[in-house]
Amino acid sequence: MSDIQTLPFAKALNAGLRAAMAADDHVLLMGEDIGPLGGVFRVTEGLHAEFGSQRVLDTPLAESGIVGTAIGLTMAGFRPVIEIQFDGFVFPAFDQITTQLAKLTNRHEGTANFPVVIRIPYGGHIGAVEHHQESPEAYFAHTPGLRVVSPSTPNDAYWMIQDAIASPDPVIFLEPKAKYWMKGEVDVAERALPLHASRVVRRGTDVTLVGHGAMVTTLLQAAALAEGEGTSCEVIDVRSLAPIDYEPILESVRRTGRMIYAQEAPGNVSVGSEVAATVMERAFYALEAPVLRVSGFDVPFPPAKLEGQFLPDADRILEAVDRVLAY
Amino acid sequence: MTPSFEAPAEASDVVRVLAADGSYAPSPTAERYLPLIDALTDAELETFYRDMVVVRAFDRQATNLQRQGQLALWPPSLGQEAAQVGSVRAARTHDHVFPSYREHVVVTTRGVDPIDIIRLMRGLTHGGWNPADHQNTHLYTLVLGAQTLHATGLGMGLVFDGRTGTGDPEKDEAVIVYYGDGASSQGDVHEAMVFAASYNTPQVFFLQNNHWAISVPVSTQSRVPLARRGEGYGIPSVRVDGNDVLASYAVSKLALDEARSGAGPRAIEALTYRMGAHTTSDDPTKYRTSDEEESWAERDPIARMRAFLQNRGASASFFDEVDAAAAAYADDVRVRTNALGDIPTEIMFDHVYGDAHPLVQEQQRWLAEYEASFEEGNA
Repeated sequence: MSDIQTLPFAKALNAGLRAAMAADDHVLLMGEDIGPLGGVFRVTEGLHAEFGSQRVLDTPLAESGIVGTAIGLTMAGFRPVIEIQFDGFVFPAFDQITTQLAKLTNRHEGTANFPVVIRIPYGGHIGAVEHHQESPEAYFAHTPGLRVVSPSTPNDAYWMIQDAIASPDPVIFLEPKAKYWMKGEVDVAERALPLHASRVVRRGTDVTLVGHGAMVTTLLQAAALAEGEGTSCEVIDVRSLAPIDYEPILESVRRTGRMIYAQEAPGNVSVGSEVAATVMERAFYALEAPVLRVSGFDVPFPPAKLEGQFLPDADRILEAVDRVLAY
Repeated sequence: MTPSFEAPAEASDVVRVLAADGSYAPSPTAERYLPLIDALTDAELETFYRDMVVVRAFDRQATNLQRQGQLALWPPSLGQEAAQVGSVRAARTHDHVFPSYREHVVVTTRGVDPIDIIRLMRGLTHGGWNPADHQNTHLYTLVLGAQTLHATGLGMGLVFDGRTGTGDPEKDEAVIVYYGDGASSQGDVHEAMVFAASYNTPQVFFLQNNHWAISVPVSTQSRVPLARRGEGYGIPSVRVDGNDVLASYAVSKLALDEARSGAGPRAIEALTYRMGAHTTSDDPTKYRTSDEEESWAERDPIARMRAFLQNRGASASFFDEVDAAAAAYADDVRVRTNALGDIPTEIMFDHVYGDAHPLVQEQQRWLAEYEASFEEGNA
């Protein structure tokens, strides 16, 4: 039984948050400007009016304070969902996330869980000023105790936020801000894939293209262009950066023999590096070419007028496709 | 330039009930607290003394155990017993307590087994106990000040759920969080005060100013008395002689009861002294004088309370009995420490997540097979 609505990504998130809050009165939202304003991207629009100021908290402007008090709220039985306003603003909370939140389940030796969701709009493509277009996923994916996910479609946004809130563990929920206004079909009756499942979003036979977040759209563009040149690309949205569901990736690579990982983040010690290494370890004999990464450069995110040169686009992915096919 | 301080322990605003020699000599600022002290029974007064003596014996034993190679590290609570006993005995059993990592008196008074602190310092656990089983006494936090935010967040939850401020002290819950003069410079402490004030949490910030953050004096942390920081956030704050267990109890009791009644957060700066080293890895002779240490030894919290009880007519047999109980308690810790075994390798993988995690499971499986391969080779 399906019930399909067409929604922009941000509205799908909003609907997912509303559903989670309606289902559990101890789910509460915390963040800066998320109340009457609805957040700078309007993801929480209307929720303050609907649930009140003890369920949608316009907190003081202090990220460590938000995450640290969210930890305390879990100790009182709440399930806080935090909005960090922009990717580059998460770092004042880094200690509370990585040395407190991530480790508390382990330190409590099974006697308590710490279900905090930290929503972070991330990535470029919006022409914004410094600290507003970054991709910090590797810091969190590297940290034991955290789960890290990133939906790329409105349907995943709707379901994955609810699954993240239901998780007993801390979840870093990365929202590709470039996609907030992208519309898509949301089936509010039938659950999407499990939170940590990767998904084949386009079938192909020659090259496996893998990525996450906003880059999935770019991979699909590249696959469409490649098809015109006679190359069949399979596209996989990993959806979950920690843990990573490797089986669909390995199954694909065993058929295609070639793989490219695309990401906005700098490539050095990145999620793409990890996937490339794992595919090399587990599917070495299937590979016909080295696994390539197409990444942001290892420089600070540049002034916005250069983001087109910094961020991987379909052409840079196709250049990598040519290289893997040359082997 | 080093800011000059008035001799803080003697400053006129500091609440004190017992003089350093144990005589009952309330400061003018102690006046409002005296009914709380008058209400204490002889048995309660004796319990305060017993708590301090017993845990000092344990603390000395733990320091010795570290010297004998039984513990990786020990942070002594020596000298801070009155601040800790007074404040924690002011909390109700349904209150929530957040220690830092030197609160051995606090947590054992709430029923935590001292061997669980030993296990933490021996390298057998990162936690040690279940807070829910020990009067909501939370785990030690080693990153300074981080726990103040957790305490504030829990306090927010109590407010949101109506678990405080109803006017029934038998039910209304409050939170007390411990931190030190060094931690008071951490941003998290300041953010915790901002949030506490904004959400009117039922919370007491209990700062033990032991005058040294390892080797750095409190004058480097602040030009003004630390209690004034609370005032800056709109949090009523008081300074108390932290080596006076009665004054520490009374200011904590009033602050906790005000907080639980819905009046909002309170802050206490307890002036005390770390008579020992920061930890067993420290060497205080490199940064402070023996004159200073001796001046604080004259204000020893246990000697002060003992003199007070003697003046009230406590018998020699009472003190002998407490000393014997303390020695037995410390001996028991030593025996049990020496009997602690190893921990199984697999606990490293347990409880990293609340839900199953494929990477952790896979690595656990691999390590088990790897270790088993050696056993097969030996067979």
